[in-house]
Amino acid sequence: MTDLSKTHEATPATGGAFLSVRDLKVHFSTSDGIVKATDGLSFDLERGKTLGIVGESGSGKSVSSSAIMGLHRGTNAKLSGEILLDGVDLLKVSNEEMRKRRGRDVAMIFQDPLSAMHPYYTVGNQIMEAYQVHNDVTKREARKRAIEMLDRVGIPQPDRRVDDYPHQFSGGMRQRAMIAMGLINNPSLLIADEPTTALDVTVQAQILDLLQDLQRDFDAAVIIITHDLGVVAEMADDVLVMYAGRAVEYGPCKEILTHPQMPYTWGLLSSVPDLTASTEAKLLPIRGNPPSLLNPPPGCAFEPRCDHVAKVGGDLCRTTLPDLTPATSGGNHTKRCHIKNADKVYEAEILPEIAPDLVED
Amino acid sequence: MSDTTTATAASVAPSSTETVLSVENLKMHFPVKGSGVIRRTVGHVKAVDGVSFEVAKGSALGLVGESGCGKSTTGRMVTRLYKPTEGKINFEGTDIASYTGRQLHPMRREIQMIFQDPSTSLNPRHTVGSIIGAPLRIHNMVPKDKVLGRVQELLELVGLNPEHYNRYPHEFSGGQRQRIGIARAMTLQPKLLVADEPVSALDVSIQAQVINLLQDLQKEFDISYLFIAHDLAIVRHFCPEVAVMYLGKIVEIGDRESIYEHAHHPYTQALLSAVPDVKQAAIGGRRERIRLQGDVPSPINPPSGCHFRTRCAFAKDICSVVEPPLLQIGKKHKVACHFPGEIHQHPEKPVTAPLLGVDEFGAPDPGASPAEVPGDGPGYADTWYDLANNTRGRA
Amino acid sequence: MVAYIIRRVIVGLLMLVAMSFIVFALFMKNPVDPAQFSCGRNCPPERIEETRQALGYDQPLMVQWSSFLKGVVVGREYPADEKMREANPELVTECAAPCLGFSQQLQMTVNEEIAEAAPISISIALVAVVIWVIFGVLFGVLAAVFKGTLVDRGVVGATLSLYAFPTFFVGALLINFVAIKWGLFPAPGYVPIAEGGVGQWLLQLLLPGFTLAAVYMAGYVRMTRAFVLESMSEDYIRTARSKGVKGGKVLFKHALRAALTPLVTMFGLDFAAVLGGAIITEEVFNYYGLGKLAVTANETFDLPTIVGLVLLLGALVIVANIIVDILYAFIDPRVRVA
Repeated sequence: MTDLSKTHEATPATGGAFLSVRDLKVHFSTSDGIVKATDGLSFDLERGKTLGIVGESGSGKSVSSSAIMGLHRGTNAKLSGEILLDGVDLLKVSNEEMRKRRGRDVAMIFQDPLSAMHPYYTVGNQIMEAYQVHNDVTKREARKRAIEMLDRVGIPQPDRRVDDYPHQFSGGMRQRAMIAMGLINNPSLLIADEPTTALDVTVQAQILDLLQDLQRDFDAAVIIITHDLGVVAEMADDVLVMYAGRAVEYGPCKEILTHPQMPYTWGLLSSVPDLTASTEAKLLPIRGNPPSLLNPPPGCAFEPRCDHVAKVGGDLCRTTLPDLTPATSGGNHTKRCHIKNADKVYEAEILPEIAPDLVED
Repeated sequence: MSDTTTATAASVAPSSTETVLSVENLKMHFPVKGSGVIRRTVGHVKAVDGVSFEVAKGSALGLVGESGCGKSTTGRMVTRLYKPTEGKINFEGTDIASYTGRQLHPMRREIQMIFQDPSTSLNPRHTVGSIIGAPLRIHNMVPKDKVLGRVQELLELVGLNPEHYNRYPHEFSGGQRQRIGIARAMTLQPKLLVADEPVSALDVSIQAQVINLLQDLQKEFDISYLFIAHDLAIVRHFCPEVAVMYLGKIVEIGDRESIYEHAHHPYTQALLSAVPDVKQAAIGGRRERIRLQGDVPSPINPPSGCHFRTRCAFAKDICSVVEPPLLQIGKKHKVACHFPGEIHQHPEKPVTAPLLGVDEFGAPDPGASPAEVPGDGPGYADTWYDLANNTRGRA
Repeated sequence: MVAYIIRRVIVGLLMLVAMSFIVFALFMKNPVDPAQFSCGRNCPPERIEETRQALGYDQPLMVQWSSFLKGVVVGREYPADEKMREANPELVTECAAPCLGFSQQLQMTVNEEIAEAAPISISIALVAVVIWVIFGVLFGVLAAVFKGTLVDRGVVGATLSLYAFPTFFVGALLINFVAIKWGLFPAPGYVPIAEGGVGQWLLQLLLPGFTLAAVYMAGYVRMTRAFVLESMSEDYIRTARSKGVKGGKVLFKHALRAALTPLVTMFGLDFAAVLGGAIITEEVFNYYGLGKLAVTANETFDLPTIVGLVLLLGALVIVANIIVDILYAFIDPRVRVA
């Protein structure tokens, strides 16, 4: 029985970050073969810091976060590797122990708050449930705490809105309520899976502000999963770009966005217009479609869509999976690409296309 | 409002470009039924409440706004999936707003729609060939034995393998399905495509492919677009002209430059400042953000006067009394605000008051003589209200 | 909500009026003479005429229909013809509102017939419903929880094979083996609660109840399984799990509650149907319920009884639907406002 008054100051176990994921693999066996949804993912995250995981559907970003939450337990998924949270390997703890940690140590908020909340129970009831699961309190105390949290996340008249059903809330308010539910037990790790994708831009801005505010107050580690590099740019300290179940680029946010060294990241940057880009230029899409995870390409998974294969020469890209190696620009920046002088290629070929105003020097 | 339209319509002779679509004072009010034993209509959801705009041939007008602003409803009225409560939809000179049944038939060839979610808007039990070919058969466009050839042409046009005409939609990826949707819309060689969030359900790397395809089609076939989207960056990229909607009304409309570089409406400014920006990471720091409080009010009981005033930092007395007219303030720029101005440059006094014949608190001013508001009507007038000098400007 | 119910009741009543007219019209335009049937096989022509007058069949369709409706609202007297009533006051039968008609064959009002038969049908239906709902939902949840395992396949297979056997076969099997050969149950025969108490009443109903339930149970197992599996894959279940809610609570508080909505719809309609439609079961066990009454009335062309039953069963379906809608509002808060 773990006591409920967990200490926030608990020093991380020997050497390692607060959250340390090592060689995480999540494989699903289907009738067609094994789907390697996540295939060897490693990253570290400290308290108070935010990691942005970027990738498209099927890149394994959501599957990996579900693995941290232990949500694959009881399914046919095969997990291996390590997920060390504060020194404890979450893949090794018992189901019951993991259940107790869910919502208390690690919490999650989801993309579509309408479908993520039960339509038949009041918002208050669902938030109270999250509190009562982990705290031996009366209904009254739980309710008081739920109202407090709703107030904290900026719901007006929380003592009245607590009895509303999810459908009576607007999209933004529902996401606020989800955040209240996620943070009610002061989790040390919060995973936000596309938290603003279903919301309008002005509401998205409100929610992102709120998340940053709360992170400061609660000193939580935050993983924000998104496909929107703009959201990452605003929120993240570190960025992990995922493609076909693997990290293809990982490093400090500013570094990744200013000196990307992997053609897939280039593609993400150049295929999205922004509010200052020239409107004469065509968008530069990534051609083709993401690979099947059943039969991934033998070499680099991005090779079939990559415009820069010729720069490597031979059929290295097609036959050999590149390792995640330190980028030429140094720092903690790593990339999974065979191109030797990626920073030069970026400056010479990519930057002029996406941000000609930044090129001059 | 309506009796001045004839006069303005004449004065709004489109310069060189031809107007394909001209929408005037379009309204869509959905009745709200009471809960009594006899279900009387107790109110209306004013989903769209008097919008006017023009789309030039071969051009694109972007409709942006947040969910519930009425942009999709407007698109559905233009394609006549809805019958407007009021207003005119002039398509190539004929008003199709009140057409019914068979009258609509020929018009359906000319105006087609592309939907948001390609996985739900294609019938899963029909092959791609029969989906794309259906309009040809319905409208008897080509002889039966030529349908397949035309379908394959269309598939090739949108970048799909023509051999795949006998596959089913689920055998394609999301981006490919949207291409099928586009091919279907292109079958009858329409003049106007209404694209309702055509890329928002797609992965980012695929979005650009579809946007480029739409632009290629535009160049090749001189198609005009009514492009409905919530993504301001994509709209900026795609549309030379943009209309910003809020709660059923257009609050600002103009060419790309006016809207994105010189937005005069506080809502447009808030909307633009809320878009997360990748580049700021490169430059460092965060752009100033205008925080909007609360939520969009209910369209059943919109606020009096200016719909945006409840969330506007500049709202004054007049805003709750008088609804601001859509005032033309530039060659191609109209704004519906009593205090229009760029960020930090909103005027102290309502510029609209003298035009409307009211004082600065919105009360009728017996001394003032209401003038004709420049910019009434779907197009742009040759003269406009010059904010810098408070006089009439001219091109 | 109240206004909504009132609206539904009004629509329901209008439907019943329309239904009664259709039934009347169909029978009157029928090539068979209902008066002859009512009168019996070797009936002299003048007796037929008399019967015709007594039942009002000599009147035009609209007149018959309107006097029927009047009878339903305020009650009426039989024979229908006023002169006959005056001539033979001893034959006059009072039929109080809601009068559904008078059966010449059985020489009693349809209301009396129904009053005799209904308790039997209701009893069988109640027992059957309890059996099939409890076991159907229980096995359905079990199959869903152990999806893909032997338990799942066993449960679904067993209920399906039970469903595959015709009702008369299951019934006959139960009577011959369980009741007669092994003597585990008394030989079938309806015992009202007033006579034998709840225990005896229930004991006599278990076999027919089970026979009737066997058919419906398979459907409920499959539906419950499908609905629970569907709601288990919903986003809000993932939310509940990520809060750390225990497995059992996730299943019963979150998943089953959502799965109930479609089950309640099915249940409402099935229950209404079973009340009047347990024809084969009543026949096999020889219980004189509404189903058997309907069969007999059809065989003897007993128009008043048929019209009365059609309306009663129609009313049951309509009432069941309204109750389902009210239950909906209790289960799903989203329905409440609308």
